[in-house]
Amino acid sequence: MRPILMKGHERPLTYLKYNRDGDLLFSCAKDHTPNVWFADNGERLGTYRGHNGAVWTCDVSRDSTRLITGSADQTAKLWDVKTGTQLFSFNFKSPARAVEFAVGDKLAVITTDPFMGETSAIHVKSIAGDLNDQTSESVIVIKGPQGRITRAVWGPLNKTILSVGEDATVRIWDTETGKLLKESDKETGHQKSITSLSKSMDGTHFITGSLDKSAKLWDIRTLTVIKTYVTTAPVNAVAMSPLLDHVVLGGGQDAVNVTMTDHRAGKFEAKFYDKILEQEIGGVKGHFGPINALAFNPDGKSFSSGGEDGYVRLHHFDPDYFNIKI
Amino acid sequence: MADVISMEQIIAKAESLGIDFSTMDLNSIHIPPGEDFGIVSDDEDLRREEEAMEFDEGFGNIIVVDNLPVVPKDKFEKLEGVVKKIYSQIGVIKEDGVWMPVDPDTQKTLGYCFIEYNTPQEAELAKEKTHGYRLDKSHIFAVNMFDDIEKFMKVPDQWAPPESKPYTPGENLHHWLADEKARDQFVIRAATDTEVYWNDARQLKPDTVYKRAFWTESFVQWSPLGTYLATIHRQGAAVWGGATTFNRLMRYAHPQVKLIDFSPGERFLVTYSSHEPSNPRDTHRVVINIFDVRTGKLMRDFKGSADDFAAGGTGGVTGVSWPVFRWGGGKEDKYFARLGKNVISVYETETFTLIDKKSIKVDHVVDFCWSPTDPIFALFVPELGGGNQPARVSLVQIPSKDELRQKNLFSVSDCKMYWQSKGEYLAVKVDRYTKTKKSTYTGFELFRIKERDIPIEVLELENKNDKIIAFAWEPKGHRFAVIHGDNPRPDISFYSMRSGTNTGRVSKLTTLKGKQANALYWSPTGRFIILAGLKGLNGQLEFYDVDELDTMATAEHFMATDVEWDPTGRYVATSVTSVHEMENGFNIWSFHGKLLYRILRDHFFQYLWRPRPPTLLTPEKEEEVAKNLKKYSKKYEAEDQDVSLQLSEQDREKRRVLKEEWERWLNQWNSFVEAEKLERQKLRDGEESDEEEEYEAKEVEVEEVIDVKEEVILVD
Repeated sequence: MRPILMKGHERPLTYLKYNRDGDLLFSCAKDHTPNVWFADNGERLGTYRGHNGAVWTCDVSRDSTRLITGSADQTAKLWDVKTGTQLFSFNFKSPARAVEFAVGDKLAVITTDPFMGETSAIHVKSIAGDLNDQTSESVIVIKGPQGRITRAVWGPLNKTILSVGEDATVRIWDTETGKLLKESDKETGHQKSITSLSKSMDGTHFITGSLDKSAKLWDIRTLTVIKTYVTTAPVNAVAMSPLLDHVVLGGGQDAVNVTMTDHRAGKFEAKFYDKILEQEIGGVKGHFGPINALAFNPDGKSFSSGGEDGYVRLHHFDPDYFNIKI
Repeated sequence: MADVISMEQIIAKAESLGIDFSTMDLNSIHIPPGEDFGIVSDDEDLRREEEAMEFDEGFGNIIVVDNLPVVPKDKFEKLEGVVKKIYSQIGVIKEDGVWMPVDPDTQKTLGYCFIEYNTPQEAELAKEKTHGYRLDKSHIFAVNMFDDIEKFMKVPDQWAPPESKPYTPGENLHHWLADEKARDQFVIRAATDTEVYWNDARQLKPDTVYKRAFWTESFVQWSPLGTYLATIHRQGAAVWGGATTFNRLMRYAHPQVKLIDFSPGERFLVTYSSHEPSNPRDTHRVVINIFDVRTGKLMRDFKGSADDFAAGGTGGVTGVSWPVFRWGGGKEDKYFARLGKNVISVYETETFTLIDKKSIKVDHVVDFCWSPTDPIFALFVPELGGGNQPARVSLVQIPSKDELRQKNLFSVSDCKMYWQSKGEYLAVKVDRYTKTKKSTYTGFELFRIKERDIPIEVLELENKNDKIIAFAWEPKGHRFAVIHGDNPRPDISFYSMRSGTNTGRVSKLTTLKGKQANALYWSPTGRFIILAGLKGLNGQLEFYDVDELDTMATAEHFMATDVEWDPTGRYVATSVTSVHEMENGFNIWSFHGKLLYRILRDHFFQYLWRPRPPTLLTPEKEEEVAKNLKKYSKKYEAEDQDVSLQLSEQDREKRRVLKEEWERWLNQWNSFVEAEKLERQKLRDGEESDEEEEYEAKEVEVEEVIDVKEEVILVD
């Protein structure tokens, strides 16, 4: 499996997202310009210019027409996927981080960081079909958890919102009332800041990665920890294969410490685990820095990783991969 | 440490938390065993001990000065001034810390006074320094600790025979040796936990024996025969034992103990502490206690300034090289000795006094080293007078103090002594100056202790300029290994004290060129050795068989800092301790270099195998076992087979359970997805389904009129 090296960003990668068809790959980085690539050959299709700060996350609508991005420039923006033009900008008083379209693409969740006296918050915006009707009014604003909210996603049928953050807790909120419905158990949950979250294709379970050097698989309704994958380095990114019972964990030591130790000590590997047996299957090396983003192609036949080194590496699996037995 | 909480505080706290205290049944609250949440228990037994330890708040810092002059009132202030002057030199007297009682009838002083210091250490020092102080001819101070006075007062006038306690059978402390699977134990310390495990190498995992958080305040240490595990606390040291229970067997009061050392036969425990001086110009005060391990009785204490205990009396070095007292005479624990200025002081444990009441005088001695088995030590005196008086290595026998052998050495810069574990050989590594005195080269002087007249042989390396990086004797054997060389990839040579048929000559066995190694670890049974490149060399390991002169395996434990063989020589543990953050934990290897299992633990501090006492088999019997190994090993091979079968069976079973559990989740999820299908469609404006099949390939024919042109065609 020879990876395709995609050099389009000048700063560390922050997020990767495939569209539903799996033909486009969107990448966000700390430089201000998200990119879109052909997921097949890694050719760059275009860029989305307009942000004035690091772009933390993005999401693409089901029909691949609209892109939403959350940025440290205190805005979340809607883009036209095809033309790259900015359609709308939601302005906040603090940096926006996590964004996701709801089922049906009529709502979007956007989280904002604590900043200059503002506490962190989860905003729900309605997304109008006709751009002229688009407003920046929030449907609901949920405040509560301390510290940064690193990811927020929709629960089944848009009835709930899940949030994870630096307080190492997974929370479920009621979308209608904004009430806290459930909190993860302190004992079985993560011990350190949760850095990433990724839902299964059918939205029934999800996986979280944490700086406590583990990833956990949860039931989205009961918040039961079903599996725990233990690794040797802090986890920055997680993804689940839609095809096989595999999960992949990416991370590495803090960027601050990278220069102080041998490159082998850094653990800049994307590690594959058996989803059910919790056992390590193998690793994919290559990045020169910690892995910040991971995403599986919806067909499960390729995946991409984005690193602190500014590269996106696109891996098409060898045929052997599909016959791994442990 | 938390103070004892009063009932009022508890009630106040309960109120602030909104708990109605009156309705609570305190006895219904169960605290997990061994956990006290940092609250001191007020159990009778514990409390008494705590009080004995707690000096700061008792009367431990008060001294009583007796035999003061009896003076009338007008001279009271003068006398007080004199007393204050004398005692404030030693330490800081508390405010209003001097109290001289006055007879209410005569208005004269009573001839004694009380002085309170800030710390018990200062009071102790004041007592030591001024007891017997001559104020004038008729007034010689008698100074006592206030606590002692109280104790002396309680001594009954009539002697009563001590009550003999009924015998309570204790636990068999050697029970762990009788493990059915012949496993070994080890202790690890990671973060706040101290844990003891069986090394269950067959099952490829450790098996927990005992686990306790905050067991020790600094480190743990096994006794040399493995009977006890010692822990360190603020108030002193404690030992624990047993196969699985680890009950506390004894404690040894020694406030702020820093270091401990067992005698080789584990009869005695030496504890060490050093205390900040009250006067910054003074050196640290050192207290060393020697306890009897079993009874807990203090056998002898040594007190003094740190300089007195600095090794070699070289001066200028503030550190004390531990152990200060080195034990000699093998497992009988008969003698212990320490290095002083120009002397070696040898004590015997019968009386805990110096042998013949005086130390052995050896001018300018800098180092000495006991034979591990016999009451013989080797000492080293460096060159003196600019080379006029040669350096010298001597072997001295105890208790006769006879010099058995002496060797003069010329132009020596440094010297190190290595005893073979059975005391048969002594290797002295000698660094000599070259003629120009600009550089040094190294050679070995090899003593054969057990032979007549103790012959000495000189061994020089083939390349004289090689630096010696490490040296190690084969345990119980006649071979040794040396890492030597100047470049980052040094050579490793093996020598034998025998050569062919001649048992009296050293011969080289082999040299391995260009190895990444900086440390040597012989198996405790000999024959096998690990050539390790630790720390800077990233944890390279080479498992080498010296009988066959062959490498069995090479491996790497990345960043490894420590290597330790188990006491039987079957397994090796390599560990990464928390000198750096990454990769903390340990690996267990078989003796031939197969990785058996690895455990990762953050903040990993210590890995220690539990030592075993020496074997009870006679050498003849051991030889017989080795000869008929096939016969004996059959049983164990069969056991191994069983275990491996059982393991794979267990593994299959575990997988099956996991798969089933996963299936259950999947079914549950699928039913949810199915149930919510309609609603989801509604959310998506009736878009058909979630599946990919919604893509239907339709062939659509579209006809488009591109252009219509009218043209007149002429027909003929």
